[in-house]
Amino acid sequence: MAVPKFWRQIPALYNLEGSVCGCGALAFPPREVCPKCHAVGLKPHRFRGKGTVETFTIIRTPTTDPEGENIEVPARSIPYVMGIIRLEEGPRLTAQIVDARPEDVRIGDRVELVFRKLLEKGPKGVIQYGYKFRPV
Amino acid sequence: MRKVAIIGVGMTPFGQLWDRSLISLAVEAGAKAIHDAGITHKDVGVLYGGTMSSGLFSGQEHLASMFADHSGFDHIPSVRVEAACASGGLALRQAYIDVASGAHDIAVVGGVEKMTDLGIYPVTKVLSTAADAERESSLGVTFPGIYAMMARLHMHKYHTTEEQLAMVAVKNHAHAIHNPHAQFRRAITVDQVMGSVKIADPLKLLDASPVSDGGAALVLADEKTARSQSDTPVWIAGSGHATDTIALHDREDMLSMRSTVYAARDAFRQAGLSPKDIGMAELHDCFTIAELLALEDLGFVDRGASGSFIEQGQAHIGGSLPINPSGGLKAKGHPVGASGIAQAIESVLQLRGDAGLRNTGAEIALTQNVGGSGGTAVVHIFRR
Ligand SMILES: [Zn+2]
Repeated sequence: MAVPKFWRQIPALYNLEGSVCGCGALAFPPREVCPKCHAVGLKPHRFRGKGTVETFTIIRTPTTDPEGENIEVPARSIPYVMGIIRLEEGPRLTAQIVDARPEDVRIGDRVELVFRKLLEKGPKGVIQYGYKFRPV
Repeated sequence: MRKVAIIGVGMTPFGQLWDRSLISLAVEAGAKAIHDAGITHKDVGVLYGGTMSSGLFSGQEHLASMFADHSGFDHIPSVRVEAACASGGLALRQAYIDVASGAHDIAVVGGVEKMTDLGIYPVTKVLSTAADAERESSLGVTFPGIYAMMARLHMHKYHTTEEQLAMVAVKNHAHAIHNPHAQFRRAITVDQVMGSVKIADPLKLLDASPVSDGGAALVLADEKTARSQSDTPVWIAGSGHATDTIALHDREDMLSMRSTVYAARDAFRQAGLSPKDIGMAELHDCFTIAELLALEDLGFVDRGASGSFIEQGQAHIGGSLPINPSGGLKAKGHPVGASGIAQAIESVLQLRGDAGLRNTGAEIALTQNVGGSGGTAVVHIFRR
């Protein structure tokens, strides 16, 4: 597995770095073309990492075998919560919601960014870290 | 643009077909459609085939050549179309545009998927490639999980109940009993759906379409050929295709697929018809919530009213608007690339009056085929 695939995502995954257009439109993840005015040459914009849960689900069948070597880390702790979060600045993203019992999560919950492990590519492979969210 | 008709249909049974290969399913469906049309191989000008991911499911790409070769065609052009779960519907639309344009007089268009050669985790992984790999699936959300988040939001906003979602599956199973090609020809109850294992709350196993193998094919012809070749041509009255954001979280309204709204607008406009003219519809019920969203996006019911529409039995055969008389993806089976073609086949059988105990008596039919969580939608309107 080529490593650049992982390091080029570091600004977005570690720092919630999206993009801002001259027209003021924000995007996460960063885009090449402004979704509002179609301009190019957008600049980096770091989001604060605070938001609200707009919908969520409790995943019970993951996409990787919890016993397998290449594992998406959430699969190790099924059931786990995935949600769509509206950031305070406007854009939404999809993320795992951690540090909460699945049955306690509700639409409208306030959440904040945490830095966690996302992926392990076997015993000798890359470990990928990135954003998750937890209740405030 | 020339008028175009469907003059032949053919499909394999849908199900877990362990003794069948990808290519044998495709070839069988195509051969049956050609036989049904009463034409021969040399009459066919072009092939179109829809498949979502033969590369990941079966380790085979370059299907355009393989379809033509194994079906016994001599050097005719062949096109493989991919738009996730809408691959079949989009292949139909591209073949329709080809024949309507005058490029070819007769096209064979098929859809196929061979899914059961993989175990449950790899299958779930392949299906998740229909979502945004970096910003949805690699972070841990599964394909059922994305639809589950729509279901949760619909329940939150409109007080739709899990029982109403279950009633979609119960209805579609009841319809499939009379479909000889269906994967599940048995009734289920709301209690069985509610008691089935949870996969991504609030969705349960019986809210989801199954993992299936199968192939389906159509023969399309221009008006002159169709009238000379067929006593029962079914006309493509309208065809629409549109896109939406690939990631659910980027949609202003996460309970509406703008792809479906715009594809339907264009298909209705072309046909000169409106939702009240439709006699039956095959909708993309990959999950029970998807049928509810489609009813609303297509204008058959008001926003938020789809749950009660199902609960009142209006979508049953015999109801005011039969939805998925074939059994739908849920009970007929969902070999992904074949589903859009199979929806058209059910429409043809219904309009010909050849659907046996499933006959609805409809004179105008609509199909809606969705790719991913709505990133692609294709809508067709058919009439006698
Ligand atoms: Zn802009």
